[in-house]
Amino acid sequence: MPDMAEPILAADGTPLKKKLGQALFRSRLSAFGLVVPLLAFVVVSFIVPIIALLWQGVYDKRFAVLMPNTSAALSDWSGVSEPTEEMYSALVADLVVARKEKTIGRVATRVNRELSGMRSLFTSTARKAAELEAPYKDALIAVQKTWGELETWQAMKIASRVYTPGYLLASLDFKLNADGSIVRQDENRRIHVKLFLRTLEISMVVTIACLLLGYPIAYLLASLPLRTSNLLLVLVLLPFWTSLLVRTTAWIAMLQSQGIMNDLFVAFGVTSDDDRFSLIYNKTGSLIAMTHILLPFMILPLFSVMKAIPPSYVRAAKSMGASDWTAFWRVYFPQSVAGIGAGVLLVFILAIGYYITPALVGGQDGQMISNIIDFHMRKSLNWNLAAAIGLVLLVIVLLLFWVYDRVVGIDNIKLG
Amino acid sequence: MPGIGHLAKPDKASRIRPVRLEVMEMGKREKEITMKRDSLILGVAATVLVAGAAQSGSITAVSWGGAYTFSQVEAFHKPWTEATGHVVVSEDYNGGLAEVKAQVEAGNVTWDIVDVEKSDAIRGCDEGLFEPIDTSILPAGADGTPAMDDFMDGSITECAIGVIVWSTIFAYDHSKIQDGPTTIGDFFDLEKFPGKRGMRKNPKATLELALAADGVAPDQVYEVLSTPEGVDRAFAKLDTIKDQVIWWEAGAQPPQLLADGEVAMTTAYNGRFFNAIAGEGKPFTIVWDAQIFDTDLWAIPVGAPNRDLAIDFLVFSTLTEQLAAQASYISYGPVRKSSLPLVGTYYTNPDLEVLEHLPTTEENFATAIENDYVFWADNQDELNERFNAWLAS
Amino acid sequence: MQKSYDGKSLVVKDLNLAIGRGEFLTLLGPSGSGKTTCLMMLAGFETATHGDIFLAGRPINNIPPHKRGIGMVFQNYALFPHMTVGENLSFPLEVRKLGKAEREEKVRTALDMVKMDGFEKRRPSQLSGGQQQRVALARALVFEPDLVLMDEPLGALDKQLREHMQFEIKHLHERLGITVVYVTHDQSEALTMSDRIAVFNDGVIQQLSNPDDLYERPENAFVAQFIGENNRLTGTVEQRNGKIVSIALDDGSKSKALAVNCGGQGSRTVLSIRPERVVLGWENESNTTLGEVLELTYLGDHIRYRMKVHGNPDFVLRLPNTSEHAKLTVGETAKISWNIDDCRALDI
Repeated sequence: MPDMAEPILAADGTPLKKKLGQALFRSRLSAFGLVVPLLAFVVVSFIVPIIALLWQGVYDKRFAVLMPNTSAALSDWSGVSEPTEEMYSALVADLVVARKEKTIGRVATRVNRELSGMRSLFTSTARKAAELEAPYKDALIAVQKTWGELETWQAMKIASRVYTPGYLLASLDFKLNADGSIVRQDENRRIHVKLFLRTLEISMVVTIACLLLGYPIAYLLASLPLRTSNLLLVLVLLPFWTSLLVRTTAWIAMLQSQGIMNDLFVAFGVTSDDDRFSLIYNKTGSLIAMTHILLPFMILPLFSVMKAIPPSYVRAAKSMGASDWTAFWRVYFPQSVAGIGAGVLLVFILAIGYYITPALVGGQDGQMISNIIDFHMRKSLNWNLAAAIGLVLLVIVLLLFWVYDRVVGIDNIKLG
Repeated sequence: MPGIGHLAKPDKASRIRPVRLEVMEMGKREKEITMKRDSLILGVAATVLVAGAAQSGSITAVSWGGAYTFSQVEAFHKPWTEATGHVVVSEDYNGGLAEVKAQVEAGNVTWDIVDVEKSDAIRGCDEGLFEPIDTSILPAGADGTPAMDDFMDGSITECAIGVIVWSTIFAYDHSKIQDGPTTIGDFFDLEKFPGKRGMRKNPKATLELALAADGVAPDQVYEVLSTPEGVDRAFAKLDTIKDQVIWWEAGAQPPQLLADGEVAMTTAYNGRFFNAIAGEGKPFTIVWDAQIFDTDLWAIPVGAPNRDLAIDFLVFSTLTEQLAAQASYISYGPVRKSSLPLVGTYYTNPDLEVLEHLPTTEENFATAIENDYVFWADNQDELNERFNAWLAS
Repeated sequence: MQKSYDGKSLVVKDLNLAIGRGEFLTLLGPSGSGKTTCLMMLAGFETATHGDIFLAGRPINNIPPHKRGIGMVFQNYALFPHMTVGENLSFPLEVRKLGKAEREEKVRTALDMVKMDGFEKRRPSQLSGGQQQRVALARALVFEPDLVLMDEPLGALDKQLREHMQFEIKHLHERLGITVVYVTHDQSEALTMSDRIAVFNDGVIQQLSNPDDLYERPENAFVAQFIGENNRLTGTVEQRNGKIVSIALDDGSKSKALAVNCGGQGSRTVLSIRPERVVLGWENESNTTLGEVLELTYLGDHIRYRMKVHGNPDFVLRLPNTSEHAKLTVGETAKISWNIDDCRALDI
């Protein structure tokens, strides 16, 4: 062992270790320099917007900013006692400003999410707010007696929280109360957990179907001569040349009750003309169309891994006395597991976020969680809830990824 | 736009040149049209001056696509371009405020004028997404009725001006069903009329229809729906046909579903069916019982790049003549009462009087339910959730 | 036996070969000569287009590979990467449904045999090339097959290791008494290990004999050229006298050679003389000549001279690097000669 007190020196007298460090640092710096543009692009165009959007799932300052006096008054309020005159006067002051600034709609929308009916209460009261006179409690109750009700104020108290678990709770079918307690959503309004489960179910079934259909194809491709396999590979890739929408609509033509498949079933006597199969606008439709669209993502990694398995392994196994099946199952299959791992992960992750296809062919029981996210983004405009559901979905995916890593091992995955 | 550039240069003389051109052509036209034109030209001249926008420009008008946008292009866009030299770029959307909200909040507004449903018009106004519109710029009707009296009740709001009255109705294919349904109750009667049903994937109108089918009188629908029991009752009625329903989202879907035989009967916007019947000769019969009518309005997003032109276009397109002309292309009711006498025949079929196909015509209107936008503004979060949960279960 | 892949040309044209029990037979030939195809037909991975294969007296043409009971060592070892060394060896025993104890015993013996004991738990990727080679060997032997086929098993090893393994395989063969069919394109490997060697070219066995015969008594020009270094002198047969022929070489001079594979009077022939059989000086009577030294290469134990002899500028002479030998220099003309027995007249 070299003496620690006397480090080995390089030719110019600096310690060798330091010299090595400098050399490595320089090469690392230049390597880093090469990825900086891409890194910056990814951060600016991908990571920052995603974080900003997901942030909305737990952060909603609308009420607190637009109704500052009311928010201050509400923060001191227990949530169960009778609302005070100060609270009413703060509310009127805020309503007057909100009416003038044309922000009342946003306030009303926010509170209406907590309690139905608040929207018209806020907008109609705001129109009269400027003419109200003290004592404001009586004045407001005179306008609408709803103002005297405790739950109106409780809804406002929930809405006034800037950092709120409310949306996350809602995305798991729970509800936040004014006193901070958490209860389950009314039974007939629980939807998200059900959809999360269904999303997982559809994704798993699609993944398994892709594996069962894709494995033999990949095996065939990998064992054929290069020329033939390249030709067949083009056929596998062919669907990528047409738009996703076109492929999905093609399935509508195929599967609808007056469609090609049902016509064939009727023609071959599988079913009668007035008892055609429901193959689309339901879960079956989602499964069929998604399996078809995602199949190449299973075949490609499988193929590239299988292509790399030398045929001598199977021959070796057979020479040792293994039957065709044993040679496949004990020798070939375990070596294709890396491709299965990659394909399964790829298809599952893609499937879990699928939305156009289920939207078009899923009907009512083929909808997935992404369709609800889409609904809240485009229809109900509840972006906070959309963000919260997205956050939960992200956490679920990461969790599955972690489990997958523990079971299969991420380093066991090969894309080729 | 080289073809029209010379017509509308930003100087004083060119501002009136299109008017002169029109006047020179007048002699060639029939008298009736000339009269229409005349008032039109005056209107245009007035609004051009009021708006003070004479630059040759273009606006982006956003609407629902399909036959509806076509009717607007024919009745609004083309005449406006002819009269002012400005171009209208037409874009389609599927309703809702999402895009407007995204554009306004991002500070990058590309739409100038949007055709919105009434509930969205009110909500967008409350949330500061739409510009308030000074109603005094609306000219009187062709018959001289002041604008405020000429427009139907509720079709002028703070931020949006009404264009049409449309309604959600249902229809069936009379070549496949003899002695077809006549009431909304029949729509929910699977025994009498077996087969799939098409309905819009939205609680709006769907819940109302369910209650009407369950025997609630048109004027009490919202009263009932305001109570938890009423909501339960509506869903219970929907439960009876749930297995047979195919849910549509885009307005173009239901006529297609019906034509393909995918459904025995389906709800739709009345104009879509009218076009399938009048334009494509489809054997559809519309059932007007318990029609749910609503208004579509023009609204201008805050920060629209060509705001002044958009206002000019809005005023032009809601003139008595323009609204009446639109009805020749699609059977939606004009919001100006003064337009009704001017409503003509269908544009490809001079024998087809459009008037009797309008939702606002008396015999169609007997059991009509007006969409209550206040109810929906208050309850849509909760009912959407419940509807989605109900669909998913 | 014949084999064709495309139905137009034969890869293996005429194979007629009997292998004795306990024999070490090598199929030697350049790549594309059909030797691997022969091996694959033996193993059952290729079917013979025409002809029969018998193993211990029974036809095996229609027996699938896994029922033939033939052990095989592959060029790249084909050790299963997802199994440990122990599992690799255990595999052929498992598919034969042997009990656990028996399997472990046999695996241990086999590893012992190739001096790889203690490596059971390792993965193939954790072994060196030589170690993998030993494991592959052990795996082919562990189920005690009658016949072991080896397809260039040492091809991936460096020279020193290769030579070492050659002896180990040879010793294993001797100790176990198994029959081995060995494929290689490396002639020195073939010479070192085999009882008999079949030299392949163009789908035909050119010569089948033991190593010393093959080297010293090649029967045709291909074998002479393929095995070891060889000097070629071309000429025409002048007269045939029993086993001896007189040849008129192309430069006009005369020579005598052993008639091995040449025609009668007037036919063209190639004389084959091994470099180490040429001697300095005119001690032999019949074949003496002069050679001009063009190049010399120092090879340690011997020195290689390239000379111009009878007009052939690639005539090689190999002299042991001993003290009594005189050294030649470039440009010098030297007297050289060879024995008639060492000069073989072959086909051209």
